[in-house]
Amino acid sequence: MIPGTFDYHRPKTVSEAVKLLKTSKDAKVIAGGHSLLPMMKLRMAEPSALIDLGSIGSLKGIKKVGNTIIIGAMTTQHELLASALVAKYLPILHEAALLIADPQVRYMGTIGGNVANGDPGNDMPAVMLALDATFKMSGAATRSVKARAFYKGSYQTALKSTEIVTAIEVPVPGKHGYSYEKLKRKIGDYATAAAAVVLTMKAGKIESCSISLTNLGPCAILASEAARAMIGTTGDEAAIGAAIVAARKVMDPANDTRGTPQYRISVGGTYVGRAIRSALSRV
Amino acid sequence: MAKTASRKSAAAPKGPAKVHVKMTINGEAVEGLAEPRTLLVHFIRENLSMTGTHIGCETTHCGVCTVDLDGKSVKSCTMLAVQAQGADVTTVEGMLNADGTLGALQEGFRQMHGLQCGYCTPGMIMRAHRLLKEIPNPTEEEIRFGIAGNLCRCTGYQNIVKAIQHASATLRGVSFQEAAE
Repeated sequence: MIPGTFDYHRPKTVSEAVKLLKTSKDAKVIAGGHSLLPMMKLRMAEPSALIDLGSIGSLKGIKKVGNTIIIGAMTTQHELLASALVAKYLPILHEAALLIADPQVRYMGTIGGNVANGDPGNDMPAVMLALDATFKMSGAATRSVKARAFYKGSYQTALKSTEIVTAIEVPVPGKHGYSYEKLKRKIGDYATAAAAVVLTMKAGKIESCSISLTNLGPCAILASEAARAMIGTTGDEAAIGAAIVAARKVMDPANDTRGTPQYRISVGGTYVGRAIRSALSRV
Repeated sequence: MAKTASRKSAAAPKGPAKVHVKMTINGEAVEGLAEPRTLLVHFIRENLSMTGTHIGCETTHCGVCTVDLDGKSVKSCTMLAVQAQGADVTTVEGMLNADGTLGALQEGFRQMHGLQCGYCTPGMIMRAHRLLKEIPNPTEEEIRFGIAGNLCRCTGYQNIVKAIQHASATLRGVSFQEAAE
């Protein structure tokens, strides 16, 4: 279980990292390394060079600017859990981070790696879809892409091979209900099925609602029809039932050791229902 | 000090150039030459001949290779030695008291029979070390959630939880009244 050979670089700035990425063929950026290194040990990934982002201080930290929380890409899940800003303004991030892997992995795993890797099993992509986050990226130029336009398929994203995700910008949703409900076989496992819900109420009715899904398709899915089934209702069981039906229609899970597609679509709907009820109870 | 290693220089012998890696382990400055692909656990065990840190699954699941690195519990099979350049590392060999007696966690595992075969113990102790730094008086639930990245196939965890509670009590200067299961 030893990776293949590669050159190792540890740049101090984003521009240096981008330059290395451009000039090294088949290079990979390494953040926390807890997806990449296991893949390299299995020789399923054999990059010619690793560009370690661990010494780039500007990629760390969480701050609030106006009505936006800005999270540096190299911020670890452990740091998210320790953040008072996250706990206060984006509690769904706290809830989701606690469900990722195990303590040791959360000390190393980063939010940037989690959103950028494109693994359908990662939890943060669905949360970012629900929160309507924006990813900042640096390459030949800097640009921003909405999470909702970022995920294209399994390990396929809008990120170019010459770009690095540098930060995640999340609009603070104001007074809202939230929930991330995840079914997993054991601590440390990826989701068999999981659902994120963020909603707001006005005069007893649901004013806005986002529902998204983890590991129920080739990439995280925004279940827009399901959310529409909730908006304008009081969040009654009939509306929840309609949302579950609509969510199941967009699920396309893999057949793997976590279950057959039928099973995962079945429990996926159940978890959408749980997440909606939980979010409603927290508004 | 070269932080990058080129594996393509024509005159070099086969294989990538090694990197000069320096870190502090258990308060002592150590150094060695390692290929960029050398895992931290192999660097600790093979370059430094410190075999207290075990290798189990090598797939980030079992936690027996856990070390403390710059205030984090890290699975040293899922980190490159070069990533630990300049880091402050503590391994199970660093858990003794200054006078050479067993540290609070080691003594807790001894008193509460927190091990049977003992293979997972170094990882359990290193994870519990950081857990107790962050939560000096954890609940049973916090202990179980906190050691969820460490597998034990012998004990059923009951006495491991008690061992950590025993150590927590010792470190807080109170006595632990419960008996081992």
